[in-house]
Amino acid sequence: MVFDYTLASARDALRKREISAVELVNAHLEAIERLDGRLNSFITRTPDQAREAAKAADELLAKGEGGALCGIPLGIKDLFATEGVRTTAASHILDNFIPPYESTVTANLKRDGAISLGKLNLDEFAMGSTNLTSAFGGVENPWKRQGSDARLVPGGSSGGSAAAVAAGLVLGATGTDTGGSIRQPASFCGIAGVKPTYGRCSRFGTIAFASSLDQAGPMAKNLRDCAIMLESMAGFDAKDSTSVDKAVPNYEAALDRGVKGMRVGIPKEYRTDNLPEEIAALWDQGIAWLKEAGAEIVDVSLPHTKYGLPTYYIAALAEASSNLARYDGVRYGERVTGPSLDALYEATRAAGFGDEVKRRILLGTHVLSSGYYDAYYLRAQKVRTLLQRDFLQAYEKVDMLLAPTAPSGAFAWDEKPTDPVQVYLNDVFTVPASLAGVPALSVPAGLDSKGVPLGLQLIGRFFDEETLFAAGHVLEKAAAFSHRPTLHAGVSA
Amino acid sequence: MSLDAKKVARIARLARIGLSDDEVQTYQKDMEGIIDWVEQLNEVDITDVPPMVGTGLATARLRDDVVTDGERRDDVLSNAPEREGPFFTVPKVVE
Repeated sequence: MVFDYTLASARDALRKREISAVELVNAHLEAIERLDGRLNSFITRTPDQAREAAKAADELLAKGEGGALCGIPLGIKDLFATEGVRTTAASHILDNFIPPYESTVTANLKRDGAISLGKLNLDEFAMGSTNLTSAFGGVENPWKRQGSDARLVPGGSSGGSAAAVAAGLVLGATGTDTGGSIRQPASFCGIAGVKPTYGRCSRFGTIAFASSLDQAGPMAKNLRDCAIMLESMAGFDAKDSTSVDKAVPNYEAALDRGVKGMRVGIPKEYRTDNLPEEIAALWDQGIAWLKEAGAEIVDVSLPHTKYGLPTYYIAALAEASSNLARYDGVRYGERVTGPSLDALYEATRAAGFGDEVKRRILLGTHVLSSGYYDAYYLRAQKVRTLLQRDFLQAYEKVDMLLAPTAPSGAFAWDEKPTDPVQVYLNDVFTVPASLAGVPALSVPAGLDSKGVPLGLQLIGRFFDEETLFAAGHVLEKAAAFSHRPTLHAGVSA
Repeated sequence: MSLDAKKVARIARLARIGLSDDEVQTYQKDMEGIIDWVEQLNEVDITDVPPMVGTGLATARLRDDVVTDGERRDDVLSNAPEREGPFFTVPKVVE
C-alpha cells in the first residue's frame, strides 16, 4: 500500500524497483486532489513539474543511479524561494512573486533527486503558532478529537508542512524554525521534526523572519526520514555568512547508537506550576524510557527560562521589522500606488501585510526606535546571552535535555486566544533552544485524553544532532507511535 | 509604560504602514499588553553581561574580490510591479 511507505522504505522500494517514481508521485498527487481541498496544506501545487521529474527519476533509478532522495515526493514550505515557482510566504504582499533563483536548501534536495509536489501553507511570514495567520486561509489538522469534528489547528508556523506529512500527502517536508515553528506543529500533528543547530542549513533563499534565529529543518513521519532529509539539506554555503563550514555526518547511521551511558538533563524550570498533568505524565514516561535504555537522568537548572519568551519576542520582532522593510512595492511584490513615494509605501504595506505581521513590525520598530533601543532591544540581547549560558552550563553536566515540546496538544480553530501574549505561550518550551542556537527535535510520544498527539523534545549541544537522533530513536521505539489521523491518504473517505 | 495613540501613529509612520484611526486604537491595546509583558526583563541583572548579537558559530570569511554573479538584469526586473524598460518606476520624488 503506497501510503504505508515512510520516506526510507519508499527509497528502498524505488531502488529495488518495487514501485516506480511515477506511481509513487501520482498516488500522492491523487491524495492531494482528494484531501487538500479540505486540509488546505498547499498554497501552490506543481503536479506537472512533479510528473516530469518522476519520469526522469525512473530513468536514473532504472540505471541504478540517482541521489539519496531520487524519486521521493516532498512538500516545500512556501518560505523557500523556488526558481520559476510562485513563492508567497503566505502573504498577499508576495501574491505573485516568482523567484528567479532557488534557495540552497531546496537546491540541495533537488540535487539529490527529491521531487517537490508544491509549496506548503504557513503562518504569514512564519509569524504564528497556529497557521491561522496565512493570507491563503488556515490549515486543518488531519487529527480529530475523539467524538468531535471540530477543526483543530496544525500548529505553526510550519503548519502546512506538518499537516501534509501527517495526512500522507507527502513523504517529507521542509520546515523552518525561528522559535518552535518546526517542533510545535510536528508535536500537534504527530510527526517528527528537527531544528538543527543555527548555521547547519543555509538560510540563502529562505524568506527572512528573524535572521539570528531562522533555521531550516526536516519534518517527516519519523526520525529516520528526517535524518535522510537533513543530510541532504545541510551543509556549508558561501552565500550565507552565518553558514558554518563543518562536514555533514551520516545522520541515519547515528539512529541506532542508543543512549547507554549518556546523561540526559531534566530542566526543572520547564516543570511549571500550570503544566497540564497529561504533559507532565508523558514527560515522566519519556524519562523512564530513556532510563530503561541505559541513560542516566540528571536534574539540571536553566535559571533564565522564564525570560525566554519575552526575550525572543523583542529579538525576533526587532529583526522582523528590519527584514520586512524590503517589502516596499518597488522592486517586487504587490504595489498599491499613491501620490508620493511615502504614500505608496504606506498603502502597499497596509494592504499587503496581515494583522499579526503588522503588529510585529510595529512592535519591532518601537523596540528599535531612538529612546527605547537600550531599554528593550539591547537588554533583550543581554538576557539572550544569559539564556545561552544556561544551556552551555547544563551541557557541562549532561549530553542533552529532555522536555515536552508544547504545553498542550492541538486546539480548535475557535479556541485560539484573542490575546496575542496567550498565543505566544505555545512556544514556551521551544523558544529557549532557538535563542541559544542549539539543535532540538520533537518526536510523537503519545495521545492525550482527547486522542490528539503529544510530542517530546530533545535539545542538544551545538552540532550534535547525531546524539539527538540516537536518543530520539530510543523514544520512538519505546513509544511505538503508530496511530493515524482521521484524515489520511490511506483511508478512503 | 504607556503607549498612547499618538505614539502608535508615530511608530506606524516610521514603519511605513498606513493605519486608520480605528486600527491605531486596536494596535495600541495589543501593543501595550505585549510591552507590559516584556517589561519583566527589567528584573534580570544584566550587569557586565555582553549582548548576544548572534550565535557566534560562524567565523567571518574573506573571499577574492571578483564578480561571482551578475548579468541578470532581466531576472532582477522580472518581479517589478511597475517598470519602464530596464528601470523600476516610482511616483515622482523630486519636483
